[in-house]
Amino acid sequence: MKIAVCIKRAADMETRFKIAADGKSIDETGVKFDIADFDGFAVEAALQLKEKDGTGEVTVISLGKDTVQETLRKALSMGADKAVHLKTDAVPADALAIARVLAAELGGGGYDLMLFGRMAIDAANQSVGPMAAELLGVPCVSAASQLSIAGGRGTARRELEGAAEVLEFPLPAVVTIDEGIARPRLPSLKGIMAAKKKPLEVKPVQVGESRVTVMKMELPPERTGGRIIGEGPDAVPELVRLLQTEAKVL
Amino acid sequence: MANTFAFVESRSGALRRVGLEAVTAARRLADATGGGEVHALVMGAPGISATAEVIGAHGADVVEVVEHAGLALYSPEVVAATAAARIGDGSYRAAFFSASAQGKDLAPRVAAKLGASLGADVTAFEASGDAIVVRHPVNTGKVIATLSITGTPVLLSLRPGAVTAERAPRTARVATIAPAIDPAAARVVPKELLAGNTAKLDLGEAPVIVSGGRGLRAPENFKLVEDLAAAFGNAAVGATRAVTDDGWRPHTDQIGQTGRLVSPDLYIACGISGAIQHLAGMRTSKTIVAINKDREAPIFKIADYGVVGDVLQILPVLTEAVRKAKQSH
Repeated sequence: MKIAVCIKRAADMETRFKIAADGKSIDETGVKFDIADFDGFAVEAALQLKEKDGTGEVTVISLGKDTVQETLRKALSMGADKAVHLKTDAVPADALAIARVLAAELGGGGYDLMLFGRMAIDAANQSVGPMAAELLGVPCVSAASQLSIAGGRGTARRELEGAAEVLEFPLPAVVTIDEGIARPRLPSLKGIMAAKKKPLEVKPVQVGESRVTVMKMELPPERTGGRIIGEGPDAVPELVRLLQTEAKVL
Repeated sequence: MANTFAFVESRSGALRRVGLEAVTAARRLADATGGGEVHALVMGAPGISATAEVIGAHGADVVEVVEHAGLALYSPEVVAATAAARIGDGSYRAAFFSASAQGKDLAPRVAAKLGASLGADVTAFEASGDAIVVRHPVNTGKVIATLSITGTPVLLSLRPGAVTAERAPRTARVATIAPAIDPAAARVVPKELLAGNTAKLDLGEAPVIVSGGRGLRAPENFKLVEDLAAAFGNAAVGATRAVTDDGWRPHTDQIGQTGRLVSPDLYIACGISGAIQHLAGMRTSKTIVAINKDREAPIFKIADYGVVGDVLQILPVLTEAVRKAKQSH
């Protein structure tokens, strides 16, 4: 089975973010970057499908500046077979513009399965995977928390608010991966050494016009917490009083 | 004076609250841009037409209904093709969807079919010249982006709870239309809806959330968390990733960076230290209570009210006090 996984390089979400001087972006000084959370799950899901199948190839694809090559190498060190860097200086805020570039790459690849993370943990749109599927004209299940493939068909489970649904679909298909499928493995030393020799192809791309423009980025107001009202069960009457009279939520 | 479109989400024949929020949002945008009409689309198994009246009561001038036995479950390809066909036929300024599990699947499909731009998971919106300007939390809610989106129409998916559904009665014109593709021809086939406990409030909709972490020490002690939630009567139960990873609670209960993002009126963190991963999912709650034995736990830094101590001793006392307070109302 030929599997592609589209991954994004994103800031570590444990960062105390600062807004850059332009007021429209994150100050990246000292910020650690890594494979975005859900995209790591997608890579793991691809590797497990390949291992279960006993045969196949996993290609990881990322759009962005040269720094994404580090992220692609990480996926290679986890066990992916080859990587494609779609090189551009600026990734737009427009999910459809991104989906068009990725779909153009995926379309010629002859992939049976095209995986994405459920959403990019930074941009939080949860849009690019289903958009790419529509542009490619292939079936899509988004935010799968379980996925199995057999006989050219897939079965996936999606979590809903207070329920879940199960869907079936034929390959080739796009599936976006939610948490729950698999925690990403850590690269082994052997994997890191092997990754250096795996193919990483660089393809310059033109990203089309973006109709989504960032006007402003700002930090939400800080919470002013930190008030300890007491210790042990004795503090309960005061807590209840505050919830009733001050917070007015009881 | 452009019209506005709203896709009204339903499940198992009943409207979801987020569906009516989309209608209210469309009504507000239409009124703010010269008072055009709101056209709503609802799809489901035969019987869904009974919802047209309440959709009209929330401000829709036209309610288009697709009833088909093949739509008892959400069928993504059929719904996306039908919504795209309807939006494509009108000259809408904007089309509203819900940023729910279903809507986050649907809206990008429709946007790609139409070649339209999408503002996903927006918490606020306004028309500004040719553009729609929206607010959208990024980086797990630690940063708020203001985005300007152009094109006609602009599709928006609205974060649940971002607007409150409200009545704006219309005597809606109701039309029954056919699905754009035959549900039997869909490649992605919905097989089954695994209903959770339907009596249970969803984390995204509950005004109160009582949440538990490792400090509860054993899965059976979640009973104390459930008891407190029951005492409130309007509370849902959440959990940390540590606890869902250990199988104490289902993954769907997880609140945090990779789980549910919630902002209830009251969030009670029981035996939760406050890992950044967890705080990302609940920091926008209006009032936060923390109960933890470690006075230095990070959760206390963002809690409005902290109680230091053993959660297993404190919870039964708090549950009893809440029960009494509720009875005296």
